[in-house]
Amino acid sequence: MALQEKGVDWDSFTVSDVKRALSRDHLETEDFAALLSPVAAGMLEEIAERAQKVTRDHFGNAICLFTPLYASNYCENRCVYCGFNRDNDIKRAKLTEDEIEKEMENIASSGLTEILLLTGESRKFSDIDYLCMLVSKATDHFSSVGIEVYPMNSDDYRRLHESGADYVTVFQETYDPGRYAELHLGGPKRVFSYRFNAQERALMGGMRGVAFGALLGLRKDWRMDAFCCGVHGSLIQRKYPYAEISYSLPRLRPRIGHEQDDVAVTEKDLLQVAMAYRLFMPFAGQTISTRESPRFRNGIVNICATKISAGVSVDIGGHSEAEHHGDAQFQISDPRDVQQVCDSLRSLGLQPVFNDYVRSGF
Amino acid sequence: MSDDLVIGNRHFKSRFILGSGKFSLDMTKKVIENGGVEIATLAVRRVNNSGKENVLDYMPPGVTLLPNTSGARSAEEALVIAQLARELGCGDMIKIEVVRDSRYLLPDNAETIKAVKLLADEGFLPLPYMMPDLTAAQSMVSAGAAAIMPLGAPIGSNRGLLTRDFIQMIVEEVDVPVIVDAGIGRPSQACEAMEMGCAAVMANTAVATASDVPEMATAFRMAIEAGRKAYLAGLGRVLKDRGEASSPLTGFLGE
Repeated sequence: MALQEKGVDWDSFTVSDVKRALSRDHLETEDFAALLSPVAAGMLEEIAERAQKVTRDHFGNAICLFTPLYASNYCENRCVYCGFNRDNDIKRAKLTEDEIEKEMENIASSGLTEILLLTGESRKFSDIDYLCMLVSKATDHFSSVGIEVYPMNSDDYRRLHESGADYVTVFQETYDPGRYAELHLGGPKRVFSYRFNAQERALMGGMRGVAFGALLGLRKDWRMDAFCCGVHGSLIQRKYPYAEISYSLPRLRPRIGHEQDDVAVTEKDLLQVAMAYRLFMPFAGQTISTRESPRFRNGIVNICATKISAGVSVDIGGHSEAEHHGDAQFQISDPRDVQQVCDSLRSLGLQPVFNDYVRSGF
Repeated sequence: MSDDLVIGNRHFKSRFILGSGKFSLDMTKKVIENGGVEIATLAVRRVNNSGKENVLDYMPPGVTLLPNTSGARSAEEALVIAQLARELGCGDMIKIEVVRDSRYLLPDNAETIKAVKLLADEGFLPLPYMMPDLTAAQSMVSAGAAAIMPLGAPIGSNRGLLTRDFIQMIVEEVDVPVIVDAGIGRPSQACEAMEMGCAAVMANTAVATASDVPEMATAFRMAIEAGRKAYLAGLGRVLKDRGEASSPLTGFLGE
């Protein structure tokens, strides 16, 4: 038995374990682990063929488009890998209401109808009232509003939902509590379990969908983080069968002051993880960020990703000439605008989808 | 003799209902032509009115739109989406989808019955997507359903008529058209549904995931027409267990 109480014996999986996983319609967690194992890394083409078929059966050739809007980079946390770390000497900024309006107008003029609102974790600079204002303004321009901010209580999630937000993204970063403590040195984010239960509180607050992510590369055994993240989403779906589940696929990329760091997780590894998520949770969405290159993003939407950002600026005020302009959390590798992303999708035989949601107000 | 598909008071010649949303929009016209399609469904949530990649811009004139309430989790949400469809000019014929299961996207019959009532009261012509359950189908008809759309298998699964016997009961017992909605994976399965007496077949994934999408639309049209003709012609009887004895068992009778 490769799955044990305290971990997974990755080297115990065999080619036939992977083939069995590929032959099943409904994968058990053991099958999911097999697809993440080192032996499966040698079978990527075979896995890709299956993953592509499963993706097309569930999603057709549709790829949804969105863009993130970074509203504030003030943060109380001390996460060693993050550009927003409060110890970092970066230019801090928070957009005013007028600046937000301008940013949103500019984004909406590109045709996008889905937006993801982001801030650092600061109850002082981006409190719930500020977030409600952000969400409420976004509903004037966008049919689908998601938030990727800090974890909060379900009552606060409900307030944001009533303001018009329907989707919540929280990355657990790493699922190893010991490693988590080493990486998150200060601030409210230090509490592993409060973050771990955020998706559930969001659903209790009325949100329709929740997204999960492990920042691959934070932990040496990245396969284990990917495994835990996949199972995390699966457990929430079992308890809340109506919840829309999706996975994000971030890996560590060069950050301010750490540009020369080795990248522990390769493109090949990231694709393996994405395909394993697809086969384990065939109906779950998958988002690939601009941390990755156009070449990789084109490749992965052709196999298993279902959502892609376009026209991205990750610095504060980057969609307009905002007076309050702040530094970015990370560097992007895909600067393509909305039109260029659409053109790429079409050339792959895929269908760019701008609108995929009706806000019913419930 | 005319053999129209009649939904409410509307008449259609074609019995192939096409789903959209899983193949590229610029292929829509060709697929509709090849399939001889008169009714095409579309997800209201995909309508990007006056925006980019708006599915409405790609529907050829003459096609009757059947907007669906995909994304609704309750009867009230289905009503909001139906009202939006009406505002967008998509008409009053609405396919009700109320789903509270994100894994298999199975319809919630109880909530769907409520939705049928709500929409019918608002003057819509509701066509509910449902789990094939005769009692639920009868309740939907009583609530105002203009047709019943039972699933053959989970949506997108291409697994065919897994629920065949339960659909057959609905075909036999309700007086509105029964349209098999999800799970049809190949033309032969569509043909079989028509042979059973279903009024029409809806397909999306089976067409969208074909290597040659327009050609598959042609194949579905032909299969659906063949199945309909077979149903109207009256299928020959099928011997179930064994051949018929050439000497009758009752041949000994002498008076």
